[in-house]
Amino acid sequence: MNASYLLHLADNALILGQRNAEWCGHGPVLEEDIAMANNSLDLIGQARLLYQRAAELLGKGATEDSLAYFRDVPDFLNYTLLELPHSNALLPTASSDRDFATTIVRNFLYSAFMVLVWDKLQNSQDKQLAAIAAKSLKEVRYHLRHARDWLVRMGDGTAESHTRAQNALNHLFAYTQEFWTPSAHETAACQSGIGIEPSTLQADWNTLVDQALADATLSRPAAGGFVSTGKQAIHSEHLGFVLAEMQSLARAHPTATW
Amino acid sequence: MTTPPSSEARQTLHDCVWDLLAPLTDPEIPVITLRELGILREVRDGADGLQVVITPTYSGCPAMGQIEDDVKAALDAHGIEARIITQLSPVWTTDWMQPEAKEKLRAYGIAPPHTRQAEPINVLQFVARAAYAPSVACPQCASVNTTETSHFGSTACKAMYKCLDCLEPFDYFKPY
Repeated sequence: MNASYLLHLADNALILGQRNAEWCGHGPVLEEDIAMANNSLDLIGQARLLYQRAAELLGKGATEDSLAYFRDVPDFLNYTLLELPHSNALLPTASSDRDFATTIVRNFLYSAFMVLVWDKLQNSQDKQLAAIAAKSLKEVRYHLRHARDWLVRMGDGTAESHTRAQNALNHLFAYTQEFWTPSAHETAACQSGIGIEPSTLQADWNTLVDQALADATLSRPAAGGFVSTGKQAIHSEHLGFVLAEMQSLARAHPTATW
Repeated sequence: MTTPPSSEARQTLHDCVWDLLAPLTDPEIPVITLRELGILREVRDGADGLQVVITPTYSGCPAMGQIEDDVKAALDAHGIEARIITQLSPVWTTDWMQPEAKEKLRAYGIAPPHTRQAEPINVLQFVARAAYAPSVACPQCASVNTTETSHFGSTACKAMYKCLDCLEPFDYFKPY
């Protein structure tokens, strides 16, 4: 069960890292292109450390590569929020240009949560997870700072940037409900002292988010609506496309080394 | 059957390994050594022989693979067998960099990291940007009239800055 908790943390980092890497070579300005690549590098680095730890617990020949490249959609335990495309709500078959406001709002909502999660996980009974948390905390602080700066810049910017930021917030906010719903692997990890109960972080997260939204002159969408279930391995239609792109090379050449 | 070497002999071997690895530099910043950066952490005896302990800087730093290869190659070249252990805790920090190393960075054109301020007790306090902006001196002209152009730079450990006096852009090694 504790391996599932580590996979949940690892999948979160990997899937958002893969999503944000889509900006590489396509950033709105050069600095943001580099920022997104750096952000992905941190996330994928964190994912590697977490998969390595999960592989130790799982045994049976599992490796960081087998866990990242040879599991399918129903095996992934990331939040649905992190697998969504960089665009507003669309029909499943529609595609759209990447929207930087969506990217920023997602990074903000998630980083604000993970700052709190990593801070607490520094005290995990799993010493390796505690060490990973201490490193990741330093990195996610930069991610939060970056996303929050842009959130304020866009929200309190032009009419166009404000509208885009608010639309992105309206689209993504409901997915954050998944942070607080219980799941079997989180409850088990919490009971064994490895993990934390995320609902205990909700008040601090609300404070962080509300302060930023006030600075950004954005309004917090009403809670409610569909609660996504990605961390329980029931995903949106989007994850399959992310995995198809990310895993195709490893699956075409499963024994390749370089 | 061989007799176990004396602790004195082991110490000499450890010193020898340290000397051997001393010239290895960071692949991205060739003026500063792995030891000065705090990446090369310990030479010790493990259950299965000699161990060299290294620690990653940023989780995703792509130089780590190269660093491990460099350490291995330096040991191989002298016929020393050792296992390279990557250890995360205590977590690497730029505060381990000595003043001489910081001076080397500055001379190379990279503004060295400030000593990290104490972590805010409450993580919520962190986001206030004003409390987080130390003045960074330009490595070219030493002016502190500089501005950050991006939190993120050419490598994970650096931010991009610009000097408003001499107008030169430069890298700032971020406190971590």
